[in-house]
Order: sequence, then C-alpha cells, then structure tokens
Amino acid sequence: MSSLAQSHLYETFELNIGPQHPATHGVLRIKVVMDGEYIVKAEPVLGYIHRMHEKMGENRTWNQFWPNMSRLDYLSAMAYNRCYAGLMERAMGIEVPPRAEYIRVIIEELNRIQSHLLGFGAYVMDLGGFTPLMYAMDEREQILNLLEAVTGSRLTYCYHRFGGVYNDIDDDFIAGTRAFIKRFRPQIPMYHKLVTGNVILMERLVGIGPITAEICRKYGASGPVLRGSGVNFDIRKNEPYSVYPELDFDIPVYHECDSMARYLVRMDEMFQSTRIIEQALNKLPDGPVMAEKVPKTLKPPKGDYHFAVEAARGLFSMRTVSDGTNTSYRMRLRSPTYSNVSLFEEASQGMLLSDALAFLGSLDPVIPEMDR
Amino acid sequence: MLAAEGVSPEESAKKKPEQAPQEAAASEKDQDKKAPKKKEEEEKPRVNGLLETDYAKRGFHIDVKLNPDQVVKAAEILDGEGMTLDMVTGVDWINEGQFEIIYDYSYTGGVLFRTVVRARVDRAKPDIPTISKVFGGANWHERETWDLMGINFVGHPQLERFLLPEDADFHPLRKDFKT
Repeated sequence: MSSLAQSHLYETFELNIGPQHPATHGVLRIKVVMDGEYIVKAEPVLGYIHRMHEKMGENRTWNQFWPNMSRLDYLSAMAYNRCYAGLMERAMGIEVPPRAEYIRVIIEELNRIQSHLLGFGAYVMDLGGFTPLMYAMDEREQILNLLEAVTGSRLTYCYHRFGGVYNDIDDDFIAGTRAFIKRFRPQIPMYHKLVTGNVILMERLVGIGPITAEICRKYGASGPVLRGSGVNFDIRKNEPYSVYPELDFDIPVYHECDSMARYLVRMDEMFQSTRIIEQALNKLPDGPVMAEKVPKTLKPPKGDYHFAVEAARGLFSMRTVSDGTNTSYRMRLRSPTYSNVSLFEEASQGMLLSDALAFLGSLDPVIPEMDR
Repeated sequence: MLAAEGVSPEESAKKKPEQAPQEAAASEKDQDKKAPKKKEEEEKPRVNGLLETDYAKRGFHIDVKLNPDQVVKAAEILDGEGMTLDMVTGVDWINEGQFEIIYDYSYTGGVLFRTVVRARVDRAKPDIPTISKVFGGANWHERETWDLMGINFVGHPQLERFLLPEDADFHPLRKDFKT
C-alpha cells in the first residue's frame, strides 16, 4: 500500500456493474474499485451464460454440432457457421461450388450489416440517444426478413452445410437485396448527420478509451477494435477465404485509437459490405449450391485443423483436434470479443466511470460469445 | 498423428529456440512452392521439434514442439517478431497420461503467418510456466484453460474460476469428467 492509500483522505469503494445492466449488453459483470468517480481497477467477471460449447463439440458428431455455431454470437451467427463449414471442408478436402461461395459471401455480409446496425443503435442508446436505435432497427428488419426467407430463421441460422448451403437463393431474394442496398446507402450519411456530428456524442467518444496498436497486439484484439487503432488487418484481406479475393472492397482504418474511431470503422464497414454484396450479386454464377459426394458420416484424418474468419466483431477462429472418428477430440472456439474485452482491465485504469461504459460499448461485446 | 508420435523430449531439448523465427521467416517466402501432401502421408520428421505444415490442409504454417520450460522463451521470441497470441488450447491425451498445451500465434502486421507452439506436460503433475507476463492476453486464456481443464500455469497472477462458478470443484474438459 502506498502512503496515500493509508491516509484517511484516500478511500476506495467497490462497485458492481451488472450482471444485469443495460450497458453491458447481456450478463457481463464488472467488478470496479472506484476512487470517487475514477476507476482504480475494473475486472470483468465472465461466465454467467457459459454453456460449455467446447465440451458439446466433443460429445456430438460433426453434423450435430451445427446448431451450436449460431448460438455463440447471435448477432453475426452467419460468420460463425461459415468458420465451421470452412474448418471441416479443410479437414475433409471438400470442394465447394462457386455459386455456394458467392451465396455465402452475400449472406454473411448482409449479416454483418445487421450486426453493425444493432451495434450502432444499441451503442448510441447506451450513451443516451434513443431515436437512432429505431432507425437502425427499421433497416435491420429488412435484412432479417430477407435472411428469414432464405435461411428459415432470423437470428440462429443453420444455413451452411459441409460443402455448400442447404437452400438456393431465388429471384425474390436477389431483387429484395438490391432494393435494400438502394434504400440503405443513403441512410448511412443520414446516420452521420443524425448522430456522428452531434456535440454530445463527440464529447463522449472523441479521445475516450485510447487503445494503442501495441495493446491490441498484446491482447490479441481484432476486428473494428484493431482497425480503430490504425492497424490494417482484416482476415478477408490478409488470410483470404471464400471468394473475397475476387471482390473489390476497402478496409476502413482509423488512426485515432479512441472510441470514435471504432464507431466510425463500423459505420464505414457497413458501406463496404454493401459494395461486396452488389459485386457478388453481379458475379453470381449458376450451378449447384452443394458439393457432390459429401459423406453422411464425416471422419476427418487425424490431426489439428484451424480455420479463421472475419466475423462482425473480429477474428473468429476454430481449432479442432481430430482423432479420426466421427466426433471431435477437442473443439476450441476462439471468440473475438473475449480477447477484445480482456484489454478492458488495463485500458480502463484511471477512467471516469461514465467514460468506461462508453469505452466498453465501443468494444461491442456480445456476452454469449465470450462465455461460450 | 501430430500429437501421438512427436519427437522424444531429448530431441526437442536440443532445439535452440532462436531458430524458430528464422526458419519461420524462411518458410514464409517459399510457402507457395510447397506441393500439397498426399492424404495418407505420415507426419514428416521434425527438425529440432519444428515442422512445416501444409497451410491449405491444416490452417497454419509452422508447428513447433517444445518442452514445457521453453514456452516462455518461445513467447518472448515470437513477441519480438511482432506476433500476436490468438488462443491457448489444452488437450487431454488421457491414454498417454499427458496434457497438451497449444499456443496459436499469428502475425497481424502484414501477410498473415500462423505459428503453432505445443508442449506436453504430465497429466499427474500438469505444471507449465505462464506466458501472461509476455502477452497480457494470455492471462484470460490460461485462466480459462485452468478452469476447464485443470492445467496449472505456474506464476499466473490470478488462477481462479473464470467461466465456471466460484465453488466448482471439477474440470469439465478432462476426458475422465462424468456429468
């Protein structure tokens, strides 16, 4: 203890934020030691929605594990399904038909937009602005309707299969997606006009929660958090999978390292996603959407396999250890916000409590995905 | 395959950890030249515990097998190379009486490069030094691995229950765990 801490003038108290708290987007608890309004130490406490998905992966056959994949990050579940599909296609050496790959990209990017839309709306609501959430939900509803028509579900999709997707997209979906892009693109400048330039928002975000690229590297942060710290890193570009190399899109990078930068990365990514979808729709080839001769019972050769995708919140990767049977010997899920939030303890020291909540929101955590 | 028949401890002990990044950098250049392996092909012999893997088939470029006391040094070297720790995985090889700890590193500064570092510890005394002093992100990963698998990371600042409740007295990812 320092001499200051021993003095009666210096007194700290403990504060529990959560597990039931609107700012934590679910059941995250943060144990905070406060010195007045300032944070001495903020320790996230996890596990309130832990379901042991990794053990389930060992108990089920490869195909039976599909539904688990959309129950991690329920907002961008499609990328998680994509990762599992890619992992097993790598392990089994399955070739995916090009039409299926394009459909996957279209669906995933739609999913990314709706995830960022909710992230945007909920984040601004955390900061006290209720109206933008309604705008965001309105657009998000359009996407959910499109996805529901093709995949059969609105959030917890089970659309991918090993070797393709289970349902081809139809003309209604293509027309609906084009109409959505036409409708959505002018909305982004409108959001900026409504929210971004607002003085209250700028006061709450600019310069708040600085994370250097070095901290991101030490903690393995990824996604908009990393790109808001000036690192141009996106799995879609740096470790390309699917047909992303054939599509032209930019990776938004901001060098300010603050909450505003992370917010702006997400806003820009929505526009880039519409670009990807538009190109993929134009290039969409004909053909089957499922690979032929995918065995009913999968038995990948012994060994380790790894696959990574860029989910809406960053790098999601899976590692499976196969012992050559029809179940996994070990299934490891690496979730992006787990690593992103792990830097919260270090980065939030000395912050005002209200700023820390704005900072936490800018990390955009999804708790079921952290707890798995 | 990878895990079942590794190099003997004496062989991997000879390995100088400094070689890892050099060979890693070298293979980065000629990785596209590599021909895909045949399906039935067995694991190639490891040179000083180091194995170049077929990226298209495995998803990582270099696979390094180390002794438990070398993982911190390896983490320092990879940290110096500007690599990131992605995750720490524990695997319970119950039939061999061992735990395997797998560290996934990736390079995020440019062309992606993935390195896997693995070490095995005795299942009866699962002690391995922590790398959380090198990579802050390892703190949570190691704590989770201890929580779910019971691998003791020596020197870890806070080896407490993480995802499981505070009063849990089991490690569910162990293969002998029965519900």
